[in-house]
Amino acid sequence: MNDVLKIGGQELNNRLFLGTGKFSSNKYIPEVVRISGVQVVTVALRRVDPEYEEENIAAFVPQDCVLMPNTSGARNAQEAVRIARLARAAGCGNWVKIEVITDNRYLLPDNDETVKATEILAGEGFVVLPYMSPDLAAAKKLVAAGAAAVMPLGAPIGSNRGLKTKELVRILIDEIPLPVIVDAGIGRPSEAAEAMEMGAAAVLVNTAIATAGDPVAMAGAFSLAVKAGRMAYLAEPGETVEYARASSPLTGFLRD
Amino acid sequence: MKIILNGKEEQVEERTTVAGLVKLKGFAPGTVIVEYNNELVKQENWDATVLKSDDRLEILRFVGGG
Repeated sequence: MNDVLKIGGQELNNRLFLGTGKFSSNKYIPEVVRISGVQVVTVALRRVDPEYEEENIAAFVPQDCVLMPNTSGARNAQEAVRIARLARAAGCGNWVKIEVITDNRYLLPDNDETVKATEILAGEGFVVLPYMSPDLAAAKKLVAAGAAAVMPLGAPIGSNRGLKTKELVRILIDEIPLPVIVDAGIGRPSEAAEAMEMGAAAVLVNTAIATAGDPVAMAGAFSLAVKAGRMAYLAEPGETVEYARASSPLTGFLRD
Repeated sequence: MKIILNGKEEQVEERTTVAGLVKLKGFAPGTVIVEYNNELVKQENWDATVLKSDDRLEILRFVGGG
């Protein structure tokens, strides 16, 4: 099946995007990438902690993946722009996931600041994928600002609660002429499939894979679910109705 | 002389370079990136970048994130 997702000049065959936070060991990351075939991988940029020798995450991401640094930690558009510029200057390529968050309890994105950052960075040639609250007016502004896709949340980051925003995401899929990628909250492969069945272009999963008992097996399960959901979407599911409609003929019964 | 490193004041020797600072802090080149007065300094320019009093530096690293 030739079903390509085009974003920022890249042709992607795999519609599962991977976040790399929270793995108990970074050694899982190449294995997760291999079993799931993911092509887009997010990373974050942080100050070094001299007390704690951390590994360079990029060393664990296979070279042929698109590296998508996020702007996590940014509290406004300017901070997001600074992080994006640094990441690109450091050789990360020109993709960026805009993440501007001012709410510490639910980590919900600030759509207004996200629009501002998107406009600046798209103007500088970045391929901008903004993480957003699923609001149609904001999504339209992101389109006008030059986003390459929009990434509404399914549920709060790291919550594994699933597609709680389903009806709002459905409206974005309906109305927005860009790929809609469900980012955050997806906790189970069935929820990833659900998003794909309704026409999401891709899903971004991190916590659900990274914190599973067996992250590699869970990545495989997510990969299958995303493929199944996409295939079902393209196959155009039949209508739903209120009452039963017999699947077997209602004639020729063996009775008097 | 005083510099601001990762948001905190630090004292370093005069004529310390970015390369020297990274080494002093014990980081292997290639594992960190350095922002010097709001501009990224590429690793090939670390030796040539000599710190001045009140410079602001950030030593950063890519880490796992979603």
